[in-house]
Amino acid sequence: MSTEKKATVAVIDYGMGNLHSVAKALEHVADANTQIVVTSDPAVIDAADRVLLPGVGAIRDCIAEMKKQGLVPAIQKAMAEKPFLAICVGIQSLMAHSEENGGVDCLNHFEGNALFFGNDHKEVDGTKLKVPHMGWNQVKHTMDHPLWEGIEDGARFYFVHSYYVVAGNKDEVAGTCHYGHDFCVALARDNVFAVQFHPEKSHKDGLQLYKNFIHWDGKP
Amino acid sequence: MGLAKRIIPCLDVDNGRVVKGVQFVDIRDAGDPVEVAKRYNEQGADEITFLDITASSDDRETTVHMVEAIAAEVFIPLTVGGGIRTCDDIRRMLNAGADKVGINTAAVFNPEFVREAAERFGSQCIVVAIDAKKVSAEGEPDKWEIFTHGGRKPTGLDAVEWAKKMVDLGAGEILLTSMDRDGTKNGFDLGVTRAISEAVHVPVIASGGVGNLQHLVDGVIEGKADAVLAASIFHFGEHSIQEAKETMQAAGIEMRL
Repeated sequence: MSTEKKATVAVIDYGMGNLHSVAKALEHVADANTQIVVTSDPAVIDAADRVLLPGVGAIRDCIAEMKKQGLVPAIQKAMAEKPFLAICVGIQSLMAHSEENGGVDCLNHFEGNALFFGNDHKEVDGTKLKVPHMGWNQVKHTMDHPLWEGIEDGARFYFVHSYYVVAGNKDEVAGTCHYGHDFCVALARDNVFAVQFHPEKSHKDGLQLYKNFIHWDGKP
Repeated sequence: MGLAKRIIPCLDVDNGRVVKGVQFVDIRDAGDPVEVAKRYNEQGADEITFLDITASSDDRETTVHMVEAIAAEVFIPLTVGGGIRTCDDIRRMLNAGADKVGINTAAVFNPEFVREAAERFGSQCIVVAIDAKKVSAEGEPDKWEIFTHGGRKPTGLDAVEWAKKMVDLGAGEILLTSMDRDGTKNGFDLGVTRAISEAVHVPVIASGGVGNLQHLVDGVIEGKADAVLAASIFHFGEHSIQEAKETMQAAGIEMRL
């Protein structure tokens, strides 16, 4: 038995569907000293070195499941002390409030709300835009951050979402994107980083972001 | 700067092999699905669609394993269609690593299935596949109808109205195949593509009939498609994904290069 303890990345499973691709992508970039654990056990989250909060589906169900499974204290504790990455609906769950499902109070880690693009979303020139915002869009870095390491400013990531984040504190915006208007797609404060896109579906740049996360010490 | 239009190579898979397409009588073998998916991933495909056209349900297990193998190595969105009839079918494919599933015939026979699936798994992973054929005669206003069974059976359903209904029920994306064009290499049916794309607020993928790279350009510019799907022009090395993207970008379309 090896005495060396492996670094653990806990992927939080709160029953909102498919974590296969998130786990596979992390495994793909993990070195021999890192293990990926998909878990809904608060004790495993507590013991992990890094925590990833995925998200898929509707916000009401996400928040309800987190609460039902008693995961909120573990999530908040992890955000207070270790490298923490939230993706897609995960970023929305960290805001104060989302207008999805008639209005849902979220975990309030970041100031600001998630708003609907609307079914009559338009480009600046009046061109009709489809909602959900689905596909590859360019992400502009609005701060230097270890998680952007090796990723070109303006690189494209894969998105699929109908709600977007409006940050309450502009200094926490780490990246933006344009779809009808500019909006926030990455937030960062201390050891917490959150993105609207899906790194696990974003080819090389997405894998690079996961690799950066696995090596991140949690310092901005 | 903005959202790029997508190129989606489609793998029609029969008995564990990529074949040229449903409409072809002389089915040509185009290789192992996992290898083909990896090649398109390397060439810069924006997504991959895996269409299981195996007739017997005995081979579904093979499909699950192939989806698992592709998802373990290809980190772009993967849609799996063919034989999706129940929520259990959907769960199985999502657990195997699919990001979206394509529902086709089952939606025609039981539209409520689309609602059930969207409520359970989220609209973002429900793609409704529509097979349409032009039914209006020359000189009449354009009209397209939904067909099943590889374009053989008419349903009496108007394609544009049907697409709107599917979106109302929760479809997050429409995969539109022109059965008149599929396999012809004469280009997409741009009329129905545009009619549906302008009628719904979700993305529309144009499919059926691609014979050259200009057809892809036309699908986006004339057909207003959000994504274009093609199979045979990529399978046999006629064109690479990269080349297709460069052609589309040169025509003024925003692409991920």
